[in-house]
Amino acid sequence: MNKLFTTAVAAILLGTAPVLAQTTEILNVSYDISRELFDAVNAKFVPSYKASANADVKVNQSHAGSSKQAGLILEGLEADVVTFNQVIDVDTLAKGEFVTADWKSKFANNASPFYSLPAFLVREGNPKAIKDWADLARDDVKIIFPNPKTSGNGRYTYLAARAWATEAFAGDEAKIEEYLKKVFSNVPVFETGGRAATTTFVENKIGDVLITFEAEVLGTIKQLGDDQYDAVIPSVSLLAEFPIAVVDKVVDKRGTREIATAYLNYLYSPEGQDIAGSLFHRVHEAAAAEKYKGQFPEVRLVTVEDVFGGWDKIKADHFAEGGLLDKVFVNQ
Amino acid sequence: MQINPADASLPADPRRPQSAVAWGLIGLAYLMAGAVLLVPLLLIVVTGFREGVGVYVANIVEPETLHAIFLTVLAAIVVVPINVGFGIAAAWLVTRYEFRGKRLLITFIEIPFSVSPIVAGVIYLFLYGGQGLLGPLLAQFDIKLMFTVWAIFLVSLFVTSPFVARELIPLMQQQGGEDEEAALSLGANGRQIFWHVTLPNIRWALLYGAVLCNARVIGEFGAVSVVSGAIRGQTNTLPLQIELLFNDFNVTGAFAAASTLALLAVLTIILKSVLEQKTGH
Repeated sequence: MNKLFTTAVAAILLGTAPVLAQTTEILNVSYDISRELFDAVNAKFVPSYKASANADVKVNQSHAGSSKQAGLILEGLEADVVTFNQVIDVDTLAKGEFVTADWKSKFANNASPFYSLPAFLVREGNPKAIKDWADLARDDVKIIFPNPKTSGNGRYTYLAARAWATEAFAGDEAKIEEYLKKVFSNVPVFETGGRAATTTFVENKIGDVLITFEAEVLGTIKQLGDDQYDAVIPSVSLLAEFPIAVVDKVVDKRGTREIATAYLNYLYSPEGQDIAGSLFHRVHEAAAAEKYKGQFPEVRLVTVEDVFGGWDKIKADHFAEGGLLDKVFVNQ
Repeated sequence: MQINPADASLPADPRRPQSAVAWGLIGLAYLMAGAVLLVPLLLIVVTGFREGVGVYVANIVEPETLHAIFLTVLAAIVVVPINVGFGIAAAWLVTRYEFRGKRLLITFIEIPFSVSPIVAGVIYLFLYGGQGLLGPLLAQFDIKLMFTVWAIFLVSLFVTSPFVARELIPLMQQQGGEDEEAALSLGANGRQIFWHVTLPNIRWALLYGAVLCNARVIGEFGAVSVVSGAIRGQTNTLPLQIELLFNDFNVTGAFAAASTLALLAVLTIILKSVLEQKTGH
């Protein structure tokens, strides 16, 4: 008993599980709303890796706003892999020399195994008749989306709204900013992560519309019932990619590169793609894409490259201190 | 002042409420206590059990929640004794010795009271984080503090460090050093004086301070959330786990976990009340 307690304490202090002495643990640091996705992926990956590599692995999870997570890794959170929702956040790691600058070319599709888009979740029957981005600037609409300063999800919302406004106002910057200011002033509370925003909307019943990834919109409806919420897919939205990377600095130190790489490759495998599709992420792999296409409405997607000239430019123009985001983020 | 209730010349015990106003105020106090404290506490338990005892137990023994409970208790086991030692040493120093800067020292001891816990967490991150002041040095020696349980212990230590000292200092000031001086003049050595004179004099206040310290350690959220890294099943204390479950849409699980935290807190409060009666606080 005494020995058991000592072992347990040692396990807690060292952060390892002694009972599974040969099990290699890796840490996947991810964004806020991917909790269910990686729960499901990990449950399938562990036996799959055991079968193929004959080794025991345990994948630990940490979830919060994507940019917050990137900051914590720079401060010492030992992530073997990151599964983020925004290129900028992995670039932060590249700048801190945690991943190499060419991380995007190491996995297929810009190192993004699946994709989604900002979409709307409204209350049953859509009582405020919220159909498109234009409705978000109405006086009678209260909006929930996470803080663009800490959440990649929130930044996609900002960028998608701006992409729509750029078309709608034919590039008239004054009108675009006026529209965005109105949208931001309609947000009663900015949560730091996507899931906290969802709970604010569904548990605290604040707001008329939640803007988050389509995967979260459809997943929430599935989990909480379609008699309570409706999904609204706007006329146009922004392609949201979910970049992944092996954190070189950590895996080289811990000797976990092989497992970490296998884990991320698994996301591209037919099983991995099937899990992602079943949890409402749009996927590239042919079989899974065909299987789940019925749950995704047709939508015109624009890309950050087309509308904004790429992530580097976005970072400099929009998200730098005093940039375009700060101009319209009136109630931060 | 003692009033003899048998004395006929006095109308009645004036400490007993007379008027309707008095009764009304007392009723209001009970109502407020019920609405603000009792009902929410009961609600936690009721919601935790709303899907049945089986689900409640399943939620508690879920490995990540169980680990969170264990980690929270472990944090208390580690932090409280250290702060008891610190509190005694600090109180001894400032009440038994005269020196320059004593007031300043007392103020320093109380700083964690006035600093918001979230600030405390950020301070430690800036100090020991990878980009912090001492982070690169620690990394050279491969010492990991942030986002491990050590970080949780550290910030808990900081946040709760004044509790014991704050309880002891006024008491020891009031008691003075005469007992100890007498013991010394009778030939007792330092250790004997501490165990047989000082400790018996301060024991109830000491326990009271330890109880407060304990309550704060198990409930601490803000500071811990900054340095935890929220690794599931590893660095989530009970308060963090409750938030996590809530955000996972497992509301019943969140309330079940909350009920265990509430239970720990209630036990601590009961202990505190017992001690209050003993110390006559």
